[in-house]
Amino acid sequence: MSLMDEVTSRALSLGIPFSLHLDVTYRCNERCVHCYLDHDDHGEMTTDEIKRVLHQAASAGTLILTLSGGEPFLRKDFFEILAYARALMFSVKIKTNGLLIGAEQARSLRELHVSEIQVSIYSHRPEVHDGITKVRGSLKRSLTAIRFLRDQGLTTVIACPLMRANISDYPEVQALAAELGVAFTMDPTITPKIDGDHSIVQHRLLQSQIAEVFQDATLVGDVHEFCKPAGPTTDDLLDSVPCSAGHTSVYVSPYGEVYPCVQFPVNCGNVRELALGEIWYRSERMNQVRSIRVKDLHTCSGCDHLSGCTRCPGLAYMEGDMRGPSSADCEKSQIKAGLAQVSPEMPMSQPKLVQIQALQ
Amino acid sequence: MKSLYVGRSQAVAARMMGGEIVVISPEDSGLFTLNPVASCIWNSADGDTTLEQIVREKVCAEFEVPFDAALEDAAAFVTEGSEHGILLVSEQPLPHNPQTVLPTPETNL
Repeated sequence: MSLMDEVTSRALSLGIPFSLHLDVTYRCNERCVHCYLDHDDHGEMTTDEIKRVLHQAASAGTLILTLSGGEPFLRKDFFEILAYARALMFSVKIKTNGLLIGAEQARSLRELHVSEIQVSIYSHRPEVHDGITKVRGSLKRSLTAIRFLRDQGLTTVIACPLMRANISDYPEVQALAAELGVAFTMDPTITPKIDGDHSIVQHRLLQSQIAEVFQDATLVGDVHEFCKPAGPTTDDLLDSVPCSAGHTSVYVSPYGEVYPCVQFPVNCGNVRELALGEIWYRSERMNQVRSIRVKDLHTCSGCDHLSGCTRCPGLAYMEGDMRGPSSADCEKSQIKAGLAQVSPEMPMSQPKLVQIQALQ
Repeated sequence: MKSLYVGRSQAVAARMMGGEIVVISPEDSGLFTLNPVASCIWNSADGDTTLEQIVREKVCAEFEVPFDAALEDAAAFVTEGSEHGILLVSEQPLPHNPQTVLPTPETNL
């Protein structure tokens, strides 16, 4: 067990929200085809409100802070928020498209000792990247930002969400990251919109494409190990928590809504009405999420793939039942283990339920 | 032994967790957990207080340990901490750093 695992385990036993994902805005200067957000401003928190949330999070024991959006640099007070967060000694990660990062901003980020900055790059080809972001010239601007960040010695990561439009390009994006001297990460998960609209899941990879990704050693490491059949279901596994959402991690939206995770939109309260710690410890919904153990998952607990599955409770919730399976993750598990009939033309499944239901 | 001034690096991230302080160094993302004595020194390392003062007024008072032994251990800790970039050590006073790690509620869910 790594020291970070030990610390996270201690946070779990102490009930500490060890990591906070705070979206400071949903506004964005790109219009990515797969984005799950509504970019209109419906009443963002003020600077003071965000500072209050940060102070409450620090008081509750949060150490890892992810600032994201939307595009966080669109907020004119972003550096004020960031400086306040660093004064509270958070380890700060930022997710951005980089369009507003020039040499001066990169220098300021360095001076504030930001721990990691993740920039989304979809392709090495402008026609593909800009086609996804719907902003002409965005690839060039994002890459320029990455060079500024790298030159400041900041830990910079190229994040490449995989979808049908860019699946063939990720090896070149990997090579680009290596050439730039920055890290690379990819994610084949396309989530429904936060309001429950599933239309964007049409961008999800085909089953055959997911299978190719899982067979690529440059992405998954030891393919045999990664794709090996799941091991037996143990009592420890059944007694464990399904994921960190609501246990050691929490999400706050630009409007102050508190969810267990950005992908798990169970509204547990609003920091405009109650302190974050009060919601974390006292919210009935948060405690319902927190009460679920793997053995309580009515379908998954009896599944042969359980020990190797990366089931997302948020995706399950958006399919209608937070204790049920996430069909996309079911298919991934089956493909990973080589047990699924992979059809080149068959898309990943699209859930029938589109509404976000109240807690059962 | 010369008087040494000890300060927390302003580059680090840190939080109190269960009576111990967890520190992340931004230079190499190194993670450190400080035991209660080290946490006491860390929280007292404001830059313009000497290590001897910290040991005498904080460590010995709080943990009821003999001064000489505590000072030796404290010196070893701050040397190691400075090597990892999470503490600053100087024979001259450092810029005053008033930050301390906030205590967290003792709530077990």
